[in-house]
Amino acid sequence: MIRVMLPAHLRKLAHVDGEVKLEVAGRVTQQAVLDAIEARYPMLRGTIRDHVTQRRRAFVRFFACGEDLSHEAPDAMLPDAVATGAEPFMIVGAIAGG
Amino acid sequence: MSGVRVLVGTRKGAFILTADGKRERWEISGPHFAGWELYHLKGCPADPNRIYASQSSSWFGQIIQRSDDGGKTWHQPGTPPGEPTTAPDGSPKAESNKFVYDISPETGKPLTTHQWYDGTPHPWEFKRVWHLEPSLTEPNTVYAGVEDAALFRSTDGGQNWREVAGLRGHGTGSSWAPGAGGMCLHTILLDPSNANRIFIAISSAGAFRTDDGGTTWKPINRGLHSLYIPSPTAEVGHCVHRIAMHRSRPGVLFMQKHWDVMRSDDSGESWREVSGNLPTDFGFVIEVHAHEPNTIYVVPIKSDSEHFPPDGKLRVYRSRTGGNEWEALTKGLPQSDCYVNVLRDAMAVDSFDKCGVYFGTTGGQVYASADAGDSWAPIVRDLPAVVSVEVQTLP
Repeated sequence: MIRVMLPAHLRKLAHVDGEVKLEVAGRVTQQAVLDAIEARYPMLRGTIRDHVTQRRRAFVRFFACGEDLSHEAPDAMLPDAVATGAEPFMIVGAIAGG
Repeated sequence: MSGVRVLVGTRKGAFILTADGKRERWEISGPHFAGWELYHLKGCPADPNRIYASQSSSWFGQIIQRSDDGGKTWHQPGTPPGEPTTAPDGSPKAESNKFVYDISPETGKPLTTHQWYDGTPHPWEFKRVWHLEPSLTEPNTVYAGVEDAALFRSTDGGQNWREVAGLRGHGTGSSWAPGAGGMCLHTILLDPSNANRIFIAISSAGAFRTDDGGTTWKPINRGLHSLYIPSPTAEVGHCVHRIAMHRSRPGVLFMQKHWDVMRSDDSGESWREVSGNLPTDFGFVIEVHAHEPNTIYVVPIKSDSEHFPPDGKLRVYRSRTGGNEWEALTKGLPQSDCYVNVLRDAMAVDSFDKCGVYFGTTGGQVYASADAGDSWAPIVRDLPAVVSVEVQTLP
């Protein structure tokens, strides 16, 4: 079970409260997690990464376990703590605090 | 006619203002889509309960919203309220926010580059929908003007979008450049007398027209004179801010350019300046009276760097002669210390016998006149900065 924290605007768009919990089969990568999010919440397609290029939108960042994973390769493995559900995968709007 | 509905897009959400035909007491609903930029909302002429809205964010991109009940409820097209957003196989029912430039060999045009601010080539990148223009006759058909400049069309109520690729592929596309607000296609005028004729305008490329339903396009900028470009009378490169027409006389167009108010009497083939006695001919909006094709409205703005009214006085100017001779309309508008702007999509008219005129400001006011501009009163004073104002005269 993967835990994902969405920013407030995307939670509202997806009609969810709090964390999202997802099953990800196989390797737990950034790409696999985003694929799973978009499969369950298709209204989020295009809001986190580009429809076609699949590149992360410029003002969206990814964090987990206190690390900035925004610039990691999409097919790199996420930390074990994310894969086991001990820590959430955080999708954050950049410069969201001021 | 039973009433009027004013659709207001702001930097932080949408608001819907409604009143009866007297247009004195208003009900305000919103914010809808709070926290998002609503560049434009527009109702369908063929079905006033159908409203399309462009919701966007620098963070999360573009969303298209649709209401089928006059703005009471909204959904992303393809997914009616309360229904699952996916088909039984898990695939999305529609991707109504998917705007992809058409580069297919069959129908598209190669995605080359346009000019960047410094003149270097820059790749085409979709950013947002600036303007939505529903068909005059078919509620499921709607056009979208987008940044980077291109025209898209949906024929299924906004569920799926296809680029009208002949425009971007027009021969001058590689020389188009962004204006200060971006390289946006902001004006779409559908000719009510000719379903194959569409006028559009792009900042800062200029005005274009198709006479074959969007397959081919031509620039219609002859007569424009812009001192801020290397060749002031170039075929393209003019920063057109807005074009307006009266439905009874679609061959006559009025334009607020970056500087200059212009008029064409031959469907854009040629333009002449009608700025006349305006205190400044810089501005963004231009609109035509609902019943008097020669009565037009502008809001003069001091200059391209000072985006506020001259002398701190918010004045709408009206010409009853199709330009050149203008009168200031001030009753009810602030005449001191006013430094707001009125953006290009933020003025509209209703079609009551006594034509109503409406405009919104970057200071969050929406002003209405129920007497064709003779007097004004604010409907609301403290909204977020207003980006767009559209009006529906309800049957």
